[in-house]
Amino acid sequence: MSRESIVNVVLMLGMLAVPLWAYSADEPFIITLTTRAAILAIAGVGLNMALGQGGLVSLGHAMFFGLGGYSMGILASHAQTYTPLMTWPVVIEGTSSMPVIWLLALLMSGIAALITGALSLRTSGVYFIMITLAFGQMFYYFAVSWPAYGGDDGLSIYVRNQFPGLNTLDPIQFFAIVYGVLLLALTLAGIIARSPFGLALNAARQSPARVEAVGISPYRLRLAVYVLSGMVTGLAGALFADLNRFVSPSMFSWQTSGEIMVFVILGGVARLCGPVAGAAVFIALEHFLGGLSEYWHVYLGALLLVIVLFARGGLVGLVAGQRHAHD
Amino acid sequence: MSSILLAEQLLNGLQFGIMLFLMAAGLTLVFGVMGLINLAHGSLYMVGAFAAAAVAGATGSFTLALIAALGASALAGALVEIVVIRRLYRTEHLDQVLATFALILIFSEGTRWVFGSFPLYLNIPDTLSGSVTLPGGIRYSLYRLTLIGIGLLIAFGLYALIAHTRLGMQVRAGQSDREMIAALGVDISRLYTLVFALGAALAGLAGALVGAIQSVQVGMGEPVLILAFVVIVIGGIGSIKGAFVGALLVGLTDTLGSLLLPLGLAWFMEPSAAASSGAVLASMSIYILMAAVLMIRPSGLFGVRQ
Repeated sequence: MSRESIVNVVLMLGMLAVPLWAYSADEPFIITLTTRAAILAIAGVGLNMALGQGGLVSLGHAMFFGLGGYSMGILASHAQTYTPLMTWPVVIEGTSSMPVIWLLALLMSGIAALITGALSLRTSGVYFIMITLAFGQMFYYFAVSWPAYGGDDGLSIYVRNQFPGLNTLDPIQFFAIVYGVLLLALTLAGIIARSPFGLALNAARQSPARVEAVGISPYRLRLAVYVLSGMVTGLAGALFADLNRFVSPSMFSWQTSGEIMVFVILGGVARLCGPVAGAAVFIALEHFLGGLSEYWHVYLGALLLVIVLFARGGLVGLVAGQRHAHD
Repeated sequence: MSSILLAEQLLNGLQFGIMLFLMAAGLTLVFGVMGLINLAHGSLYMVGAFAAAAVAGATGSFTLALIAALGASALAGALVEIVVIRRLYRTEHLDQVLATFALILIFSEGTRWVFGSFPLYLNIPDTLSGSVTLPGGIRYSLYRLTLIGIGLLIAFGLYALIAHTRLGMQVRAGQSDREMIAALGVDISRLYTLVFALGAALAGLAGALVGAIQSVQVGMGEPVLILAFVVIVIGGIGSIKGAFVGALLVGLTDTLGSLLLPLGLAWFMEPSAAASSGAVLASMSIYILMAAVLMIRPSGLFGVRQ
């Protein structure tokens, strides 16, 4: 096993051990905190596909996170009030079943990624960063000014949605669901990285002209990974909304995009478990620094600066060493 | 709808666009010359507004407040350039995004630390309060009209600076070939600090001027920053002329969109539905404009084709 694989296994076991310890010590708050970290890690794994594999610096992933959240909010609020979502041409009822909500979250974020990606990927570099940021803001303002689902105030869901065979209101069982989804997302990211598709994508990042010369369209590769990346982040959004039982336009805000990017870069770009390390450290900092000072973002900012300027490769890179091959 | 209301909204759009230009000009200069994407530009806008509000509160003079805004934001800009930004010129855009995101966190929380979470208020000076009657019987706020005037003067000054002075020549040369002008004996790092401070001062001035019509609070810079990004993407990154045209387009689209879209939709929808979907569409209109421009010209209206 390479050093990075060992780091990955330790990370994932650690993420499992903390809530199990908290369960035995009867500390439900710690379980919820770890669940939060795991959900944000899924969002980061999604972004890391586009950012790490495809080299696509998207500053608009809050768009997918929010769409996932609102998929949950809209379906669950209709289930809560027993009103159908639409009556024409077919009657669609709301639902409180997690798998159905996830399907809608995947579908909505996939469609949004396809449309915004097809437009944004016509550009590159700084233009791409700014356009994804602007599309994210477009969804933010849409959510703020659309009154049907709470507008600026957001939408509260009183009971957590159900998953067949489990009691989702029990923190440790909800954590188990989230952890399972995180493992699935990591497996997908790992498979993509090793597949011919992932290899072509890496090649397209390093030398688009050569990839084009062998007859592969970099545009289509990037669009495909952008859509997959958006869908994974969208699923994380649905879980995040279920964790808080609340959705609001702030899930669409550009700060959310920035934070998801921070998880990825803090942990290490293009490292499989980088986002897991990044999200875990972010949540830990938020918890401990937030307890020390109301203004903990100052320290977070200073820490980020130090990492960008001096620790290239993020936390996983720091522990597992720099990679020389394939870079 | 009366034509007076329309004219008033046109002027509002113009004023909004011109203030956006002050922000966008700095961003586009910094990107054009140094190749740096600076998310913290909105923080410099906020620094200008807070400096102006603090000085106006202490002395009561609006002129002194504007001078303080220019000085504080230029100083903050120069300091940030020397301490942090200078190390980012040769790195990837990703690192620049993250480092400047970190700067936003530091600036925002630092300001909250010093000034508290409550918004400050900056009053319009007495000589500029009230309104004037324009030809055609339109009554319009004198202060907003002054903002349009100041903005146009600065746009003209910036054009003269870039096109007709030695510094402007170096800036243009730096845009096309930085190694070459360094080889010709221009102190490139001093030039970069100067350009960055100039951009920061423009942002700070915009913050102070707009701060008098809105409230001065932490986080006021980021919405404007994102609009400024839309502006320079539409205009073409690196082009001052593009920033000017883009800023006016965005300002007018935003202001007129929220006036005209609900009215337009009312032709074929119920009034209440038209009002709400008009508001939704208006809030998205500038992003739709941006998407449309990029469909036709992926590097903006005045950008260099890649």
